[in-house]
Amino acid sequence: MTVETPAKPAGTHPTNGATHGAPHKSGLDARIPAGPLAEKWTRFKADMKLVNPTNKRKFRILVVGTGLAGGSAAASLAELGYEVDSFCYQDSARRAHSIAAQGGINAAKNYQNDGDSVWRLFYDTIKGGDFRAREANVYRLAEVSRNIIDQCVAQGVPFAREYGGQLDNRSFGGAQVSRTFYCRGQTGQQLTLGAYQALSRQVNAGRVRMHSRCVFQDLVVIDGKARGIITRDLVTGKLERHAADVVVLATGGYGPVFYLSTNAMGCNVSATFRAHRRGALFANPCFTQIHPTCIPVSGDHQSKLTLMSESLRNDGRIWVPLKKGDHRRPEEIPDNERDYFLERKYPSFGNLAPRDISSRAAKEACDDGRGVGESGLAVYLDFRDAINRLGRDTIAKRYGNLFDMYAHITAEDPYRSPMRIYPAVHYCMGGLWVDYHLMTNIPGLFALGEANFSDHGANRLGASALMQGLADGYFVAPYTITNYLASNKLQPVKTDHDAFKEAEANSRERIDRLLRVRGRKSPNQFHRELGKIIWDKCGMARSRQGLEEALRRLPELRQEFWENVSVPGSGESFNMALDHATRVADFLEFGELMCHDALQRDESCGAHFRVEHQYEDGEAKRNDDQYAYVSAWGYQGEGKAPTLNAEPLVYENVHLAVRSYK
Amino acid sequence: MNFTLHVWRQKDRNSPGKMEAIPAKNILPDMSFLEMLDIVNDDLMAQGKAPISFDHDCREGICGSCSLVINGRPHGPTRGTTCQTYMRHFKDGEAIYIEPWRAKAFPVICDLVTDRSAFDRIIQSGGYVSVNTGGAVDGNTLPIGKDTAELAMDTSACIGCGACVAACKNASAMLFVAAKVSHLGLLPQGQPERSSRALAMVNTMDKEGFGNCTNQYECEAVCPKEISADWISRLNRDYIAAAGSPGE
Ligand SMILES: Cc1cc2nc3c(=O)[nH]c(=O)nc-3n(C[C@H](O)[C@H](O)[C@H](O)COP(=O)(O)OP(=O)(O)OC[C@H]3O[C@@H](n4cnc5c(N)ncnc54)[C@H](O)[C@@H]3O)c2cc1C
Ligand code: FES
Repeated sequence: MTVETPAKPAGTHPTNGATHGAPHKSGLDARIPAGPLAEKWTRFKADMKLVNPTNKRKFRILVVGTGLAGGSAAASLAELGYEVDSFCYQDSARRAHSIAAQGGINAAKNYQNDGDSVWRLFYDTIKGGDFRAREANVYRLAEVSRNIIDQCVAQGVPFAREYGGQLDNRSFGGAQVSRTFYCRGQTGQQLTLGAYQALSRQVNAGRVRMHSRCVFQDLVVIDGKARGIITRDLVTGKLERHAADVVVLATGGYGPVFYLSTNAMGCNVSATFRAHRRGALFANPCFTQIHPTCIPVSGDHQSKLTLMSESLRNDGRIWVPLKKGDHRRPEEIPDNERDYFLERKYPSFGNLAPRDISSRAAKEACDDGRGVGESGLAVYLDFRDAINRLGRDTIAKRYGNLFDMYAHITAEDPYRSPMRIYPAVHYCMGGLWVDYHLMTNIPGLFALGEANFSDHGANRLGASALMQGLADGYFVAPYTITNYLASNKLQPVKTDHDAFKEAEANSRERIDRLLRVRGRKSPNQFHRELGKIIWDKCGMARSRQGLEEALRRLPELRQEFWENVSVPGSGESFNMALDHATRVADFLEFGELMCHDALQRDESCGAHFRVEHQYEDGEAKRNDDQYAYVSAWGYQGEGKAPTLNAEPLVYENVHLAVRSYK
Repeated sequence: MNFTLHVWRQKDRNSPGKMEAIPAKNILPDMSFLEMLDIVNDDLMAQGKAPISFDHDCREGICGSCSLVINGRPHGPTRGTTCQTYMRHFKDGEAIYIEPWRAKAFPVICDLVTDRSAFDRIIQSGGYVSVNTGGAVDGNTLPIGKDTAELAMDTSACIGCGACVAACKNASAMLFVAAKVSHLGLLPQGQPERSSRALAMVNTMDKEGFGNCTNQYECEAVCPKEISADWISRLNRDYIAAAGSPGE
């Protein structure tokens, strides 16, 4: 593939010099196979180059990440016969953040006979993403979704069943069919364990070397190709070099750039951002999803937010009091004084309107002074009618563990009074730029799962991240990586190559630099301040003025960080503070990239809501003439404005329509 | 609220450890136990002292990372994980004792962090269905009764935290092994390897230095996912059948 080196910025911005005007054509080649949409993947597989079975063991592949994407990829690649090294920062591969997904996984099985099809799942996903995703990738995703369910069943994933023994489905937002497969409220856990078990089997077979408590530090690029990585052992602090033929990053999302999110505490941007520093383009970083149904913030001490699965919206109804400042208890407010605002505004999708739309509607109601709870930053999610209709037992069977979790955290009983919920940061559509092969612009570096940008455009539909992670890992990467290995003549490299030495020295210097500061403020305090700026200025509503302000304040915070962060201890031992500080340092730089992206994209689309661009009823106003492209940013140095490469999005099969759920 | 924490401090695997008294000040009842430790750690770091190390990640009771013995009980006073324990369950002014999981098979790495990789090795020895990616038949070809699916789900809800081991006076991992063996053994997909799986996993458990089960039921009492010790009887039956069958 050809990638032009990013040229000079086309238009410069007063405060920082980033390209906030029109981007330039980048020559980014997405390598989409020719032919009709429905045949592209089949054709790719028919035309791809293969590696002889006995030669496979001569290739080494490093897979960073053991979530759905990384775990499934590492297991499948090892099954094919490749030598695989698998890495995760947790103490066990099983604890990857995918374990926390609750609600379910989509697949176009049409078991319910309700009109589902590959085309419909494809269309829902493209439309859900507000027409900012690549047609060909999304179609393939819908196509392989069916194989995922079969594969998981074969592994023993205990999906929910009907009485007749058939697989059960539930509905999720943004769709009018029932295509979501689930395991109670622990779907992510069960799918992750399936992948983890497949991976464990390969460890046992000697084809995967497992490295847990091991953090990615840097990418090693030799002759323009990804040829290895540097890692840090979290227990001994030791930096290690790993040489390989292919590097796969499946390191998940960067939600904690907002500090508070539904993500695990260790989720980070470090792996993808450091690859970005080495030349990998970062696509659509400002496309971040705010999930409508989370337990509201209760105070400044809070370290994370808890999601209440979207599946609850199958039976729960969302409302606020009709009148401002109505402080009666919810049970005392009669129906005619309640505003079921999603049902009112979006009658055909009702409580199952997509996430970006539902979140904004909740924010609007609260901004209007009709929010509930002590802070006024919450809306009700009410099961009264469902309990009356179906009985408490049925509701307990469907959502028991979620109700318990809510009761545990808030000390309130959701069977008796409605839950209080508020939107929270949940998912990152943005990620490393990849082509149809899921390869970044650095040959040999692949990105899978939430770490790439590929399938969800400007907004992801519920139950589609699990689908994408497993599609990438089980069914796409094993093919495209094989094709890469077969079509490139890779010279052997050793870890004493200068590029390894340089990358290791670079990693060491970054750690030493943090340890040298010896300041007075914990990494956590900086993290919280960063999160506040990003949430306020680059959260649910964004404006030119706010983003410009963020771009002034972030460099100041970064500077203060490097002058006053406290990282006690050494780099040669288990050091939680050091670990957190390295993540925060990368988030600080990355936050600026997000704001640049949000500022440059002078339109509203999906989760990216620029207050300057809305219809009279408050709906997002897209600008297809000027912004129907992927923004792929190139790194220019710390504190330097990034450069923008645009990959135009060409729609040959769907009509770019105003996205309506009314 | 204010507390005096008595925390196990240990520099690394090879250094001796000891309890250290550390004050926790200005704590709110709505804080989670780990948020309380965050505040204490911020204070320690502001003084240039090493923070208290502990494992944690999801902070919502599902990843199985968090693993503290609080006042002698794995995961503390309430049912659920450490990260789901709230300060409202403690009395203002109380002394709180915080220790790591204690078991030969889980050596301490630093302070409250232990090495639980023995659990991974147990799974590696057989905790799966041997099926490669690709070629699976349609998911509905194999009907599975709702009740069976529910029971399988009950057992596969295990989060692999290791509280069962920490609670057991023999440091036995029987509940952990029983949960996985039963999950797969209940399902038709898991039948072909049912015996060999039970055998391999129990043997690995023994090799890793976990103790025997003497029916104390401490494991069940602390399991955050309420996995029943009855599954251990099922494991015993599977194991005896496997150990007795010459073919396996
Ligand atoms: C609470 C919650 C509920 C959700 N529910 C659903 C749902 O119902 N349906 C749905 O479709 N989606 C859901 N999602 C989204 C979905 O869970 C994630 O998008 C998806 O699981 C991501 O998988 P992944 O494999 O890409 O990354 P992850 O599962 O996050 O895995 C990342 C891996 O990379 C490793 N790693 C990360 N950084 C480094 C580093 N620097 N060095 C070394 N290793 C590293 C980690 O150790 C881990 O193994 C939910 C998300 C959340 C937060
Ligand atoms: S931190 Fe994940 S279970 Fe407690």
